[in-house]
Amino acid sequence: MKPRFDVARRIAFPAALTLAMALLPAAAIAQEAATTPVPNKGDTAWMMVSTLLVLLMILPGLQLFYGGLVRTKNMLSVMTQIGAATCLAMLIWVIFGYSLAFGPDAPAPFTPFIAGLDRLFLAGIGPDSTAATFTKDVVIPEFVFICFQMTFAAITLSIVLGGIVERVKFSALMVFALVWMPLVYLPIAHMVWAASGLFFVMGALDFAGGTVVHINAGVAALVAAIIAGKRLGYMKDSMAPHSLTLTLVGTGLLWVGWFGFNAGSALEANGSAALAMINTFVATAAGGLAWLAAERVFGHKPSALGLASGIVSGLVAVTPAAGNSGPMGAILLGAITAVACYIAVAIIRPRLRYDDSLDAFGIHGVGGIMGAIGTAIVYAPSLGGPGPADYDMMAKLGVQLAAVCTTIAWSTIGTLVALAVAKAVTGLRVTTEAEREGLDLAEHGERAYNL
Amino acid sequence: MKLITAIIKPFRMDQVREALMACSVQGITVSEVRGHGKQLGQTEVYRGAEYHLNLVPKLKIEVVVEDQDALRVAEAIAAAAHTGSTGDGKIFVSHIGHAVRIRTGEVDETAL
Repeated sequence: MKPRFDVARRIAFPAALTLAMALLPAAAIAQEAATTPVPNKGDTAWMMVSTLLVLLMILPGLQLFYGGLVRTKNMLSVMTQIGAATCLAMLIWVIFGYSLAFGPDAPAPFTPFIAGLDRLFLAGIGPDSTAATFTKDVVIPEFVFICFQMTFAAITLSIVLGGIVERVKFSALMVFALVWMPLVYLPIAHMVWAASGLFFVMGALDFAGGTVVHINAGVAALVAAIIAGKRLGYMKDSMAPHSLTLTLVGTGLLWVGWFGFNAGSALEANGSAALAMINTFVATAAGGLAWLAAERVFGHKPSALGLASGIVSGLVAVTPAAGNSGPMGAILLGAITAVACYIAVAIIRPRLRYDDSLDAFGIHGVGGIMGAIGTAIVYAPSLGGPGPADYDMMAKLGVQLAAVCTTIAWSTIGTLVALAVAKAVTGLRVTTEAEREGLDLAEHGERAYNL
Repeated sequence: MKLITAIIKPFRMDQVREALMACSVQGITVSEVRGHGKQLGQTEVYRGAEYHLNLVPKLKIEVVVEDQDALRVAEAIAAAAHTGSTGDGKIFVSHIGHAVRIRTGEVDETAL
């Protein structure tokens, strides 16, 4: 429920100014300018920092988190895929992505699903353009809002790659990204966050992108993992992570960066951001410990990868709930979600035998679904949440479920189409020899470690 | 001359090296190797994916000593590397025919 973006206001100012200059004396121009909200420097600075924190989550946070989990021979391919996907998502975002997600409304009946093309190439946006926040008459520079949202598009695309590492062509991923962004990410971002979006109108709660980013990316990763097929030697050869040290470094960067992701989604430096901040601490802490506890209960040692996975599960869980829960609710949500994710990746996935290589679905998909549904529960004032006194939990659960199911269906279908296009253009998978040799040498001509 | 080859647990390296110093053995070659004996490997678990590691990391120590020192040095290594659990390793003693010190050209016992 992030950027209640008021397009009318942004357009109204230059239009009114032009009119005033043509028809009215200078005094009237000054008066018009005085009633237009001016961005607060504190809000602006916080949103700039938040934007960079989200970038830090991807480069190098997710690169190291994912990179450490693959075999030595594929380390660079993972880092390059994530880096290039991020660059591509950024360019897509300013060329047409922002317009389709947050631009002025598209004509009916498309309004709930996508915005129009009026902001193609960021047309009409300048340093003085502003974006609305959740508080009346509080605005931030529109360029900052565009950058903030741009990093969300980039990280969502990057998470999808976690399902299909170590076997898909670099070129296939670039084609996939070009199709997947407009077909899947942009409509879902619009539905959840734009004022005219389907889920926004329904009143779905998604503070920082549990649906848009995590369920969406997790489901897309699962679909892609099934379509791309298993890695050679899956469940036979050892595919142990090549450096859990790097994975844990990445985990730390993800957690720190996530404060930009969650607390930044308040769009202001205020109490709502503070609530999101404390929740992003405690839900994550609960998630980390809960995963370790689950490992003990199921007869294993409390592991380093378990700690990292629990931390990320907690972060995913608290994403939709960040500003929609009290701290105690967030602890419950983080802990329960981590246990659910543990069961998904350690018990269910090995039996189903699909190769979601880095558990993008098991953690982001399952964690996102748990978080989205759980948010309807922890939002209740009786559980310390910020919901209204007359909060109707069952009605909200229905809305959340509808948003979750729509996202799953949309992401599944769109991902299938994007994969079909990528397969037709590039063939999708590398050759058997290239996969055995490793994508670093076969696809990029380099080795990660020349020791 | 005898070649003493000892396969030991990596974390016993310091103790073994000290024991060799106490025996006045000055030359030592150490390699990182992998293998298994009766221990038959270890199990690793990553998010529920269990990998049986058949070949366990070990250190291989090689020293060459004069014939009369061989037994004493082998026993010193065995004492230093001993923990009492499976996977402690093995020591092999074999005959060496000829040795050369490259810098000086000295041969056999004087080369050690």
